[in-house]
Order: sequence, then structure tokens, then C-alpha cells
Amino acid sequence: MTIAPERTAIYEGSRIPKRVPTILDVPPELVATDDILQVNFGPNHPSTHGVLRLIVDLDGEQVVGVDAVIGYLHTGFEKNMEQKTWWKAITYPERIDYVGYQNNELTFVLAIEKLLAIAIPEKAIWMRMLLCELNRIHSHLVYLGTSALELGAISMFWYTFREREMILDLSEMVAGARMHTRYFQVGGLAEDIPSGFFPECRTFVEWMPKALDDYLGLLDRNQIWLERTKGIGLLSADDAIALGQSGPIARASGIDWDLRRDDPYLAYDRVDFKVPVYPGGDVYDRYRVRMDEMAESTRIVRQCLDKLERLEGKPWIADDRKVVLPPREELHTSMESLIHHFKIVTEGYRVPEGEVYVAVESPRGESGCYVVSDGGPRPWRVHFRAPSFVALEATATCMHDALIADMVAVIGSLDAVMGDTDR
Amino acid sequence: MNWNEIPGFVEVKSAHGETTVVVERERIRDACSYARDELGFNFLADIVATDYLHWGGKGVSGYIGTASGRDLNLPMTQGLQVQPQPKPWRFSVSYHLLALREGAPRVRLQVWLEDGEPVPSVISVWPTADWHERELFDLMGIRFEGHPNLVRILLEDDWEGHPLRKDYPIGGEPVRFSDAE
Repeated sequence: MTIAPERTAIYEGSRIPKRVPTILDVPPELVATDDILQVNFGPNHPSTHGVLRLIVDLDGEQVVGVDAVIGYLHTGFEKNMEQKTWWKAITYPERIDYVGYQNNELTFVLAIEKLLAIAIPEKAIWMRMLLCELNRIHSHLVYLGTSALELGAISMFWYTFREREMILDLSEMVAGARMHTRYFQVGGLAEDIPSGFFPECRTFVEWMPKALDDYLGLLDRNQIWLERTKGIGLLSADDAIALGQSGPIARASGIDWDLRRDDPYLAYDRVDFKVPVYPGGDVYDRYRVRMDEMAESTRIVRQCLDKLERLEGKPWIADDRKVVLPPREELHTSMESLIHHFKIVTEGYRVPEGEVYVAVESPRGESGCYVVSDGGPRPWRVHFRAPSFVALEATATCMHDALIADMVAVIGSLDAVMGDTDR
Repeated sequence: MNWNEIPGFVEVKSAHGETTVVVERERIRDACSYARDELGFNFLADIVATDYLHWGGKGVSGYIGTASGRDLNLPMTQGLQVQPQPKPWRFSVSYHLLALREGAPRVRLQVWLEDGEPVPSVISVWPTADWHERELFDLMGIRFEGHPNLVRILLEDDWEGHPLRKDYPIGGEPVRFSDAE
């Protein structure tokens, strides 16, 4: 039985539109035929992953022109953060990329820590890494569930959300919130890890490889899925770099690049994991990269657990009273602690003057945070390099020669979170 | 690395483990092509602008809109313990470049400008600059010369003002059909 359809090979040269790199123009000879139908795809359409609007020019079923319009979810996070003290602003980044929240929070916290030049305890480093990897699995599960759903594989959605639920339960156990945990503090973690977390997390780590096998069984030998994804939405390596693509999109185009390995932060240089790279540059390879990444993330979580179990009883936050809240019990006995607590909560801590750019490998690629401080208790400027924003720039290039039905597959594979795009 | 060779080189600074190369505003496109072709910084990660209006002043980051106009947000404002280094111009535009090779070297190319001065667009060097430049035009009001499609991207087309500027009022919102009209 052959189930693998013939696959379009990756193209030579560049397909980035010439006039404007992000707009696919209708060819002039087609404009002359006066037979082009312009359709608004979104902003309110279930398969645009939120409020993405595509203005599509159609010649029959063939997409001949695309213009992506964004901004429907713009909420001015960056301006808002300038009005908050540093530690109050930590709640914002999570809500920017609300699927890869933990990684976004990490970017901002790492940026503040870089300016403060504060060292964080070992336990916090490993726990941050563990939660970021759980979050990566969570994000890829949402990708897998929704993009399979959009192509008609409804049952995938229920399976992936079953595992996603397990991750959210773990988050709730650690931080009290299912999403948007605000668990990373400057200097470490907000709370110690509850002891019941380890067995629960172990259960998940044991379960996850089985779940991945299930997904593979459901999708990878499914002829509809293969035909809808193979050779669709092509993006060559050179075009991907020119368009600033990173993360799974770049790795599916054959670019062997992962910030966790190539520019290690936290303790990624002390864990063992592989970086999946596929050369096809199509929707199918983006799916395979994310599937492999989930397996690798599970391995990293397991190594973090091994390490963290040995660190039980160790401090989880740096002992720097100018920046870190004093332990709760000291407030009743120590006047200095009470003063520090009061000052940090009302006025906030001061961060030395300077500008830094910190980038981490979020589930969507390079998630960067640029921060300027004037030495006061509030950020002067915060800017996020949003991987979804950049991913959507590739829409026009990927839509080359696409049919209208492929459009849904392509958008799903770019995995843009509109909160991240519009900020 | 020899930064002086970059076209339009002004100075190089190093702080917090990051390198910032300041270049002349008019030559940023040449500087970017040079960084890409000669120095191997093939990946443009981000373009970001900062408004330094009233930098080092008191309570600048706390304008708030009131019925009679703008006021300083006094309750949350503290003076600075140390005056920060003065800035030569009002706006900075930073280009965060990355080289996809061993060691992942990064560099920040920076240009400085006053309100209304145009910056050459770097779309011809990196197509990804398209939306970044549109975003800066939209939110910061910086004009990029040679951009083929410099229109607002996040806000609606008829929006007034550029919200990320420091003199943009916050907290208030224009009210249509108020009694005063």
C-alpha cells in the first residue's frame, strides 16, 4: 500500500515577492483578465488562529495574491510596561505570547537579571528550564491539535488537549495558576517547588512518549494528512534566513540552528538533547520538527527532574534584599525585612542604567527582549522581538502556487499566536 | 572583530557583554550590507527604536492624561538616584544582528536621529525589515526612506499620533461628541 504522495521538491532561487516582501501581488497578465476574486479571509475565522486577516486574490481555486493584515489584537503591552515597576511588569510578557507564556516570561526576567548582574541559584535555573520545556510541549500540542483540526482531523484535538491538560495541572500545582503563572521572579522563583510535584511530573514524562506514538499513528500514516501537508507552503533555507525565520520553521527548511544549543542560556549546555532538522521546507516537515521537539523536550524534563530531586531543600531564590522580597516569616520579627518588603512592593527596585537584548528559543523561535533602563524603578523602554510577527512575514512567500485549501495548512504550520504578533 | 571598517562608523561601545556599534544615520544601509556580506551577520533579529525625550528628567515615564491636558503622574514618580548618561539625540534605532555560526555572535548597529529625520530602509538587505520598519513608523513615527509600503501596521490607518513616543498622553482618550463641542 502506498500512502506517501509525490512530494514537490524545494525550489531554487528566491520566491520572496519583489515589490513588497510581505505582499504577493497579482501578476499583471491576470489583472487584465478581470477574473480575479478578492476575498477577505478573517479576521474572524476559526482557522486563522485568532484575528489574522488575509486579503486573498483568487483565480478559481488558485491563490494569486496575498496580503496579511495584522493589528486586531494590539493592546499596547510595551507602552503599558513603561508605566509599571519592573517587578509588576513581569506579568505582561506571558500575556503577549499566551501559548508560549513561560518562555516569554523568561526572556524578560533574564533581561532584568542581565542588567542587575544578579546570580540565581542552581535550583531556580533547573526549574526554569523544566517549566520552559513543559511549556514548549504545551505550545506544540496546541499547534498540533489546532492545525490537524483545521485539516479535518478532529480527534487529534481531543488527544492533544488531554496531554495539555496534564501540563496545565502541573503548572497549577507549582504556581497556583494554570496559565500565566508569573512563577519566575527576578533572582529565582516565586515559591519553592511543592514536594508532590516530582511524582506527578514523572508520571507525565513516562506518559508523554506513548502519547507521541499515538499521534504518529493517527497522522503519519493518514493519507489525507500526508497529501494536505507534503510539498505545501515551501520555504527555502535562504529565503527563511532573509525573512528572519527562526525556530521550527527555520529548522524545517534545513537550517541547523537552535539557540538552546548554539547560544546556551540557563543550563542547556548541561543537558543532553538533539536538535531536529529536516530539509523539506514544507508544512509536513514543520510538523515533524515539532513532533521531534516534543520528544526531546520530554527528555530534557526528565534530566531536570533528576537534577532537581537532588536539590531538594536548597534555596530557590537569590538572597539579595534590595531586589528579592524577604521571606514571609521574617516580616513579623525583623524591622529591616519589613522595610525592604514595603520598599520593593511600593517603589520597586532600581535597575542599573543600560540597554540589553536577550533572546531565548521559544516554541516559535527566537523570542527576544530589548530593555532600556534609566536607573529608575521602571523600564524606560521594553520591546519584544515576537517570533509570530516575523513568521507571518513569510505568509506571502509560502503561499506561492497555493490553493485556497492549502492556505489553512500553511497558516497553521507557521504557528503564529496573534497576541504575540500584535502585542 | 574590526568594527572601524563598517561604513559610517562613529563609535563602538561595550556594555553588559553586548557590543553596540553607532553608525551615521545616512549610511545605515551600507553598514548593514557590509555587516551581512563582510562580517557574516546574516540574520536580522530585530529593529527597535527608543524615544529619549526627557531622559533623566523627573517622572518622565509617567505622563497621564487629565481633563485639562497632561500632567505628571506624581504619586508613582520618584527622582533618579543617579543621573543617567545624556543622550545625543532624541531617537535611537537599533538593529540587532546575529550570525548563524559557531558562538552565535551578536552585534547591535545603532543610529541616532531627531524627530522627522528619515532613516534609509534596509529592506533591500533583509526583506524581514519590512514589518519591523512599518511597526516603528506606526508606533514611534520614524520615517524609513525607500520603504515601498510605509503604512501603519498595528494601529488603524486613521490613528493620530505615535503611541510609543514619550510625549504621547496615556490614560486619556479623545471623547467624541462631548459637551464642549
